[in-house]
Amino acid sequence: MNIVTADPKGVDAGPHFMDGDHAIAEGALAAGCRFFAGYPITPSTETAERFAERAPEVGALFIQMEDEIASIAALIGGAWGGQKVMTVTSGPGFSLMMENIGLAVMTETPMVIANVQRGGPSTGLPTLTAQQDMLQVRFGSHGDYNIIALSPDSPQECFDLTIEAFNLSEFYRVPVFIMTDETVGHMHEKVVIPPADQIKVVERNLYKGPKEDFRPYGFDSQGGHPMTRAGDGYRFHITGLTHNERGYPVMTPEQNQIVLTHLIEKINGNADKIIRLEEDQVEGAEVVVLSYGITSRIAVRAVQEARKKGLKVGSLRLITVWPFCEQRIRDLSQKVKAIVVPEINYGQMVREVERSAAGRCQVVSVNHCGGAVHDPLVILKAIEEACR
Amino acid sequence: MSTTEIRFSGFGGQGIIRCALITGKALSLYDNKFATMTQSFGPEARGSACSAQVVVSDERVLYPYITRPGVLMALSQEAYDKYWGELPDGGILITDEDLVKMGSDHPNLAVRRVPATRFAESLGNRLFTNLVALGFFTAVTGVATADAMKKALPGLVPGRFLKINIKAFEKGYEHGVQCMAGSAP
Repeated sequence: MNIVTADPKGVDAGPHFMDGDHAIAEGALAAGCRFFAGYPITPSTETAERFAERAPEVGALFIQMEDEIASIAALIGGAWGGQKVMTVTSGPGFSLMMENIGLAVMTETPMVIANVQRGGPSTGLPTLTAQQDMLQVRFGSHGDYNIIALSPDSPQECFDLTIEAFNLSEFYRVPVFIMTDETVGHMHEKVVIPPADQIKVVERNLYKGPKEDFRPYGFDSQGGHPMTRAGDGYRFHITGLTHNERGYPVMTPEQNQIVLTHLIEKINGNADKIIRLEEDQVEGAEVVVLSYGITSRIAVRAVQEARKKGLKVGSLRLITVWPFCEQRIRDLSQKVKAIVVPEINYGQMVREVERSAAGRCQVVSVNHCGGAVHDPLVILKAIEEACR
Repeated sequence: MSTTEIRFSGFGGQGIIRCALITGKALSLYDNKFATMTQSFGPEARGSACSAQVVVSDERVLYPYITRPGVLMALSQEAYDKYWGELPDGGILITDEDLVKMGSDHPNLAVRRVPATRFAESLGNRLFTNLVALGFFTAVTGVATADAMKKALPGLVPGRFLKINIKAFEKGYEHGVQCMAGSAP
């Protein structure tokens, strides 16, 4: 992995009072993103606005595309043109992006996509919070594949995780998603942007060997494969069709087995290195509350109240949502009575928890259909019942 | 841990969100506190009743919303009618005395009234109403220091209007100081 310090041009170092949307744009610029193509949609537009405003001074390019389908197409082009690229959207735009996200996965094109979630389905609740796209991000495009998704709980983490998203995306050559929500997106808090020499970024691994030996793909279930830039004189081919290491179509069941295994296992096989969790008093707990994003901050209040009542409650926050922390839940399910899963949806990540716990402990979904965060008392009640 | 929850409210265009932004920035960048600011972000933020919340604490704010506001600033009748009821006994109620007709003397609340719009007009433009109110808020609540509030202004008000905004803040602040000393008219 080619790790360098950030280009100071993109780093607006110092303390700021900033919302999550703006922090995503700043994180992208700090990570070296110099190309943004997108289409405005509430509640994500502030990211695009910030990027557009800062682009001229940083030497980046911002394009407002005709729609979200074209936005991802432009990102694929930008990435193969040598840039780190990103876009931002919300529900309806995310649905439009799905087709070309599949193309980005298949062509192993690094990019970062932030989804500032709002209530759905369809146009739903444009201005109100939700966490309803958590399964769409993993399974929304057709075919079998794998992606990485992170979920920040604060504007500071929006900045930090956007940098991490770019680093993961460059190494694993896969779209990496920031799955945030309207609340974190529009919440203002102190965001400290460190000086450029304290920000570690993964540089594009540009191929340097003999031209005739260049292969845009390597199907070994690992990351780190080199890319090159279109126009630099290398002969290669990029297609959504099942392809060989040079990128040319080989449409056989055998080749699809090779390609698909690589696409999925480069993430699954490195899940231990990718997954980040935040745990608090999980050891010895009777009940663990598993949450992510804004809901983890709401759940904390319920957890604190439960502890005041003498209940042994731990909390586990998913910073990395996908790949899912199956192994950790498997271990946990043998030690705890129940895992309580509040989410602002009708029960999405809870399915993964149930699958991983496989009946070894109780799994309790505390769902909320969107438009607001949970009342902490509802989570508290679920904890109390689970402790009984 | 000491936590204060503040609601700024009025109608869209009065600079309510700006009040919350300035307060949050002042507290978290210059007063060494933790502050989380959230705002109403629906159609209501564009013309009718509008509200922004700041939760301030000595420790990291986890729960970002207000549940028991210690301070309510209501710069419109609608905002007052909608929110005064959530103030607990001892809560501070700040209103624009010309725009808000109170339904009661609120003996259980600390009522602080300021002619913010009138003062702003005397400075040349009612656009400065929010800064007058914010100066007043600073003096009567002590939640943030005046110094931090003034430091927070650059970047949050247009550069060419910085001086006049500071003047508006100071006018409100002085009125607040007098009000607390019991000498305000």
